[in-house]
Amino acid sequence: MKLILSEEQQFLKNTAQNFAKEKTPVKHFRELRDNKEALCWDSNIWKEMVELGWSGILIPEDFGGSDFGIGGISVIMQELGKTLTPSPLLATSVLGASTISMLGNKDHKSEYLPKIVSGKITTALAIDEGSHHNPFNIETSAKLEGDKWVLNGKKVFVVDGASADIILIVARTSGKNGDSNGLSVFITNKNSKGLDISKISTADSRNYANIDISNLKLDQSSLLGEKDTSGEIIEKILDLGRIAISAEMLGNTEEAFEVTVNYLKERKQFGVTIGSFQALQHRAAKMFCEIELTRSAVLAAMHAADENSNELERLASLAKFQSGETLHLVSNEAIQMHGGIGVTDEHDIGFYLKRARVAEQLFGTCEYHQERYANISGF
Amino acid sequence: MENLELFKKEVREWLEENCPPSIRTPLVPEEEVWGGRNAEYVNPESKLWLDRMGEKGWTAPQLPKQYGGGGLNRDETKVLHQELFRIKARPALNSFGIWMLAPCIIEFGNEEQKREHLPKIIKGEIRWCQGYSEPGSGSDLASLSTKAEDKGENFLVNGQKVWTSYADKADWIFALVRTGPKEPKHNGISFLLIDMATKGVSTKPIALISGKSPFCETFFDNVEVPKKNLVGAENSGWTIAKKLLQHERNFISNFGLTGGETSSGADVVNIAKKYLGEDNGKIAHPAHRDSITEHKMKEHAFGLTLQRAGDEGGKASATSSMFKYYGTEHNKNRYELMIASMGNKGLGWTNEGFSDDEQAITKAWLRTKANSIEGGTSEVQLNVISRRVLDLPN
Repeated sequence: MKLILSEEQQFLKNTAQNFAKEKTPVKHFRELRDNKEALCWDSNIWKEMVELGWSGILIPEDFGGSDFGIGGISVIMQELGKTLTPSPLLATSVLGASTISMLGNKDHKSEYLPKIVSGKITTALAIDEGSHHNPFNIETSAKLEGDKWVLNGKKVFVVDGASADIILIVARTSGKNGDSNGLSVFITNKNSKGLDISKISTADSRNYANIDISNLKLDQSSLLGEKDTSGEIIEKILDLGRIAISAEMLGNTEEAFEVTVNYLKERKQFGVTIGSFQALQHRAAKMFCEIELTRSAVLAAMHAADENSNELERLASLAKFQSGETLHLVSNEAIQMHGGIGVTDEHDIGFYLKRARVAEQLFGTCEYHQERYANISGF
Repeated sequence: MENLELFKKEVREWLEENCPPSIRTPLVPEEEVWGGRNAEYVNPESKLWLDRMGEKGWTAPQLPKQYGGGGLNRDETKVLHQELFRIKARPALNSFGIWMLAPCIIEFGNEEQKREHLPKIIKGEIRWCQGYSEPGSGSDLASLSTKAEDKGENFLVNGQKVWTSYADKADWIFALVRTGPKEPKHNGISFLLIDMATKGVSTKPIALISGKSPFCETFFDNVEVPKKNLVGAENSGWTIAKKLLQHERNFISNFGLTGGETSSGADVVNIAKKYLGEDNGKIAHPAHRDSITEHKMKEHAFGLTLQRAGDEGGKASATSSMFKYYGTEHNKNRYELMIASMGNKGLGWTNEGFSDDEQAITKAWLRTKANSIEGGTSEVQLNVISRRVLDLPN
């Protein structure tokens, strides 16, 4: 496993870089926020992404995708992260596409995957139920009554939950809260009777929803995969999500750092540029080191996923941990080093801090992944 | 790829035939091989192994064949290292000559110097030490004052070097000397090769907080050095010095992964489980376990970064300061975590009340404190990153 990008990945990265620069500079995000856009992303921009084939990167060629792998979509996420570009890529093209690909039968795949590729539908994965990510703490229940599955429970902080056409629900079909066994995944339409989707308002001005599930009745065909046994695959799907969000967080970090270092070179106090002060230089140099480590961890995790390595879990946790720690550090230092202007709404740097904390929570914090890494490693 | 497979087969066969049995057993410190005129070989097979590897040029696999090196490319070198690792072969030769000096002679030396010095370095016939720091010139190395005066055929060298590792055992020293006292400080330095047997050279060992050390003070008292021993042009030694420091930094930064010369071979997780106990296979104390896990994750990411730098090829110069900074700070932290896990068993000085392993860890912990000072302090590395990589102003 060589830790460099393939030609394909480099090409996608360049395309995404130009796209973000031309179509979605940070100004684009600011406008969405100021206009309180209901979707929190721009459907015309999403259309353009779909036309570039980004929606189908994780989808097999048989269903119209390009099958470029998590490495392909991660480099795009990284570039879009630099300009804080919101889009359904994570929830639909990573989580939705891989859930249906990995768990769905032939009918599910032919029904949904081509529609994801063509941008006809977006999806959301409803998994977390508490204030902290934990994929096995699932109390939402699914019981077979007659020929229908009946679901009851409550999901929180569902990424793109307020806009998705299709909701994927992780529910418990057996066992008790905390078990990895007994989990199953169901697919349903957002308009289904028994789903109550309420958008929540978060600091990063993105799209999340809480979903109340009350006597949601579903046909047996809405079960994805075997019942009770999807825990392991859910972990794998989440690992792909963790790698993709880590790549986005790396992009957030790289841009926040670059903007800050540039500011250090421009801002004058005491008659000199503040970047000449060693107190700031050494902190910037330390951030540089952490960013280098993050690049390596994210790259290794991408490759591990695409090569089906048995190191995937450990590397996905390492990537999420390292990108979380680094973004946390850089987003804080970026504000401090900008001084007064850094805490104004007028300056973009505050957006990176707000996005950082939300992204740190998604699919497990640094602490969560530290514990997971320790358990896998036998520490 | 096919050629590489063929090469692998050749290496395997050659090692099978030529690597003596005792060389495949764990290294004991007194059998470590550094070569040189005065080397003593406790185990005669160490000498045999050195001679055989030296003959192949595999002590310096990537140096050109014409000067005695192995002439291997990167991939072949990797194969060689993998095969050596596979049979758990001990290093044939530890050498500042190979790690630091040889790359500089290749880049800056003249043909005569290459032919004179490289084969002897590669075969381990001559042991080198480094004469850089002085009592008054540590981080501000370029202010050095050991002077070399032009006396026609010779330079006359007077002054003192400090932190010269193994100066008392080395045959030659590569030293930075001031040849241009009136030039701006960086432009008056030359890179000089000096035979330690020359009249007027003397050494004195330095004891550290960790006890005995390989470090020495080295004194030059009217030492005559032939002018042919000048590497590169007169007063252009700083360029060479900087390049050499990079090689040194790259070498030291690996400490972050291996523990380097201070390695006690102890793993922090095993140590913690031994002294803090296990709870269902986990380190029994949660706070210790958290700190150690964080440390191991950083180590993993750092290891991947070293690998990436290699895979990207040749970008190391911009990042060698980062590796030096991060690797040494990481190694210091490793030993802090280790002695913390050991509690009062991590504080032994001699073997009264402590096992050999325990006191070795205490000594190693103390020795790591020098890691972030030697070869350029952490603060100097951060300065280099700020100025050269981030382009922040002076």
